[in-house]
Amino acid sequence: MQVYLPIAEISVNALLLLAMGGAVGFLSGLFGVGGGFLLTPFLIMIGVPPAVAVGTQANQLVAASISGVLAHWRRGNVDVRMGLVMLVGGSAGSALGVALFNLLQRLGQIDLVISLLYVGLLGFVGLSMLVESVSALLLPHRAATRHKLHQHSWLHGLPFKMRFHRSRLYISALLPGAVGFFGGILVAVMGIGGGFILVPAMIYLVGMPTALVAGTSLFQIIFTTAATTVMQAATNHTVDVMLAFLLLTGGVVGAQLGTRIMERLRGETMRALLALLVVMVAAKLAVDLVSPPLDRFSIELTQIR
Amino acid sequence: MIDGRRQRRLWRRVAQLIAGFLGANALVVAWLSVCGAQPLVADLSRHLVAITTGFTGAEVVLFGATDGAGDVAVVVTGPRSGVTVRRKNRVAGIWVNTLGLHFDPVPAFYAVATSKPLETFVNPSVLERHQIGLEHLRLEPVEPVARDKAVEFRDALIRNMQRQKLYGSSLGQVAFLGDKLFRTSLLFPANVPTGLYTVGVFLITNGNVVSAQTTPLAVSKIGVSDEIFEFSQRQPLLYGVLAVIGAVFAGWLAGTLLRKS
Repeated sequence: MQVYLPIAEISVNALLLLAMGGAVGFLSGLFGVGGGFLLTPFLIMIGVPPAVAVGTQANQLVAASISGVLAHWRRGNVDVRMGLVMLVGGSAGSALGVALFNLLQRLGQIDLVISLLYVGLLGFVGLSMLVESVSALLLPHRAATRHKLHQHSWLHGLPFKMRFHRSRLYISALLPGAVGFFGGILVAVMGIGGGFILVPAMIYLVGMPTALVAGTSLFQIIFTTAATTVMQAATNHTVDVMLAFLLLTGGVVGAQLGTRIMERLRGETMRALLALLVVMVAAKLAVDLVSPPLDRFSIELTQIR
Repeated sequence: MIDGRRQRRLWRRVAQLIAGFLGANALVVAWLSVCGAQPLVADLSRHLVAITTGFTGAEVVLFGATDGAGDVAVVVTGPRSGVTVRRKNRVAGIWVNTLGLHFDPVPAFYAVATSKPLETFVNPSVLERHQIGLEHLRLEPVEPVARDKAVEFRDALIRNMQRQKLYGSSLGQVAFLGDKLFRTSLLFPANVPTGLYTVGVFLITNGNVVSAQTTPLAVSKIGVSDEIFEFSQRQPLLYGVLAVIGAVFAGWLAGTLLRKS
């Protein structure tokens, strides 16, 4: 069933988009990541202009994160205070990101930067998660004693200390703020929620309890993606509501399923699966970067509107 | 209220269409009165390719008549805009866009149909003048560059357009029914750019164009996709806010509904 996308100005298969949205939503519910890191490359592959893919993704992620966060909220797995601190950083990050996106697009380097970011970030995060979770799976008794209550490092010497009751943490507000800032840039530049960066950063850097991480990162992502959607629509006209609707219809259903499956899986198994997926995507993109392109030349329509 | 507005829009469109059609006919009539004879008449089965939500491409039939012997070439040209062509080079093992050339104007769509292979019946200079055939399409970089580089980038531009099926890679056929009547189908892919197209029909005798006619063809979004597009352009901020509200509602709805099931 073909559907014409009014902003992307191409005709695509609606069922394909629904299925892809569903698959990505499933991952989002399962791992607490937005799944944008899979969806953006996919949309570009089927012919959606990169700018529209990124802008629309942000819109789609609003719905996916809300439906995801509801499930976590009912279980009390959202640290609102932590989320709000991250949001302050996130807003600044996404404003910077939208400006950066425009600059890179003018220079013709946006695709390269997106690919490099994907390979670098996904590769690093995926590999370290894979190593960590596989060793935890193989040696379960060590995993139990892995978490020390007090792991003091220079990070704990930073000023502006705040108490986060829900997470049982007393840390500098700069820490979650910086994590949110970085996530905000990713939302705007890569069209992703940034969950795959936020989740590990919140576990390993901020030191939050794993149970709270998915819900809190989703909570924060709602606001950064909403702000990014409005900014992209207002400045670049790159939000395609038809495309977003198809993706989120599949996405919200998938997200609910994912959340349910999550409850039956062990944390380590989950992380190993996510890590594997992330590493695979990174490897694919890395191969694309170094292998000779089919055509060394590419064209881009200079906007006439 | 909304229905009324929609209806008015529809009528305005129909009026525009009819005006366009009459305009095209008026051109033909004007041509006839100048020439006295009727060397070439052609028209399209329709003057609007409507891109609706279920659009998968379209076929428009061009038919016409000539008053005598000759061959016919049909050139479809889309709306023009600027295009940047970029070349990747290997930098530290990675393929990076290192060189960009701007071309302007570039038709967003270009296709040719002829009754015979072009070179066999037309002077190259004539093809050049009327821009018949991809190799005669005028595409110049905006910045002055070396000749071989301009050619290399021009070829790349055409190759990329062909890959997107926007430039006719092979010449279509104009079929003659008897001596005077001819017809051909113009095919537009699902990704056809919107805008005003021109369909040029050339009658060629003894290697020269003896008669020519230009017919407009509009490719336009119609219905829901048009309304969405117009709204996003005219009220971008409101559009963005509504997009977010819609997403919030959809997410909340799904979260609440699926919880109970």
